[in-house]
Amino acid sequence: MKKTYINGLGCISAQKTFDTIFLEEAELNEDDIILPLKAPVYKDFIPPVAIRRMAKGVKNGIVASTLALRVAHLETVDAIITGTGMGCIEDSEKFLKAILDNDEQFLTPTSFIQSTHNTVGGQIALGLQCKAYNLTYVNGSVSFESALFDAKMKIEEGEASSILVGGIDETSDYTMSLFKLAGFIKEENQGPYSVLEATTNGVVFGEGATFFALENEAKENTIAEILDLEILNKLDVSEVEDKIISFLALNNFELKDVDAVVLGYNGDVDSDSYYKNLSNTTFVNTPQVYYKHLSGEYDTASAFGLWVGSKIIQTQNIPDIVKLNALDKPAYKTILLYNQRNGNDHSFTLISSC
Amino acid sequence: MEALKQELKSKIIEVLNLEDIAIADINDDDALFGDGLGLDSIDALELIVMLDKDYGIKLVDPKEGKTIFKSIETMAAYISENRVK
Repeated sequence: MKKTYINGLGCISAQKTFDTIFLEEAELNEDDIILPLKAPVYKDFIPPVAIRRMAKGVKNGIVASTLALRVAHLETVDAIITGTGMGCIEDSEKFLKAILDNDEQFLTPTSFIQSTHNTVGGQIALGLQCKAYNLTYVNGSVSFESALFDAKMKIEEGEASSILVGGIDETSDYTMSLFKLAGFIKEENQGPYSVLEATTNGVVFGEGATFFALENEAKENTIAEILDLEILNKLDVSEVEDKIISFLALNNFELKDVDAVVLGYNGDVDSDSYYKNLSNTTFVNTPQVYYKHLSGEYDTASAFGLWVGSKIIQTQNIPDIVKLNALDKPAYKTILLYNQRNGNDHSFTLISSC
Repeated sequence: MEALKQELKSKIIEVLNLEDIAIADINDDDALFGDGLGLDSIDALELIVMLDKDYGIKLVDPKEGKTIFKSIETMAAYISENRVK
C-alpha cells in the first residue's frame, strides 16, 4: 500500500498566507464578524480573458492550486479532488436573483455555468488541460476531509501517483445575511469577538481556498505524510477522547506520542465544548494549536487547519498567534488535527514528518 | 445613433465584465469576436439575452448573430431598425 505525502501546498485566506513563510504577517481581527480575504493579485495567475467570468472562490481555488503545484514542482496531476460546503454561492445568488428580478426571463449563461459546486475543480482542470479523475465533495464541514479521504485511497490503491486536493468556500452578501438571521454568525457590534473567550453561540465567518499536492513518494520538497484520516458524523462530547485514543491506536500511537494537537475552536460556546475537555485534560501536556481566529469558520476551514499543521512540521515552529498553551516540544513529528461543528461532522487527521 | 453606440459599448463592458477595457478602447468598427475584442460563444449568448431584455429583440435565427454582432456599428444599426423598446 502506497503512502501519501504532502509535497506542495497553497493557501488563500483571511491572512497573508501567500508570499510568506508561516503566518509571520498574520493579524488578529476581533472586530469583524465576517473576516475579509487577503487576496493575491489574481492576474499574476489567471489570464485576463478567463478571469473576468470568475467569482472570488474560483479565483482563490486556481491561485491556491497553482501555488501547491509550484511547491511540488508538478505541472499536472492524476486527479483533481475538491471539497466545498457551499460551492460557488456568489454566482448562485446572481443567477437566482436574475430569475426573480426578470420574472424568470432573460437568464444569462455565465453565472449559471459558474454557479455549480464543481466549478473550481473544473476550472483548474481546464487550466491544466487535465482530463483525469475530477470529483467534488459537498459534505458540510467534512467536505474537505471527504476529498482528502478519496485522494488518500486513490494513492494507497495505486490508482494515482499525484493528486491535487483542496477545500474552497466563499462568502456572499445574501447568504451571509441569512446566516446572521439564523444566528450562525455572531451578532454585530458585540465585539471584540475572541474565539477563546466566547460566551455566545454563532461564529465569526470566513472564506478561503487551500490546496495540497499529494504524491505517493517522498521527495526533497516533501512537507509531511498523511498517516490516517477518520470521519464521523455524530459524537457526544464524552465520546471524543475514546475515539481519539482508538484512532491513534489504529496507527500504533498513544496520546503521549502526539507532539501537537490542532483544534477547531470557532468561538461558538456549544460547539467549542467538544474541544474544552481535550484542552483541559486529554492534551493538557501537549502543545495545542487553534486557527479559526485567523481564518474564520467555514465548511472547509479545516483545510486551513491542515495547512497550519503541515507548516508546523515543515518549519518545526508553532507561531505564537496560533498557540493555545505555552508548551513547546523540541521537535514536531506527529500532529493530530481534530475538527467538528456543532457536534456534527467530526474529523481526525494524523500527519507526521518524514 | 452615436448615443446608441456609446450605450452599447458601456453595456458590453458591464455585462461581459471587461475589467480592463474602457469605452474609448472600442472603435465602432472593431471586430467584437475573434481577433478584435476577443469575445467567445458564451459572450454571444450574453449579447443575445441583452438584445431581448433591453431592446425587445428576439433573435430566432442563430445565423443572424454572426452579421449583427460583427461590430458596434452593425449592432447599433440592427437595434435601431428592429428595437421595440
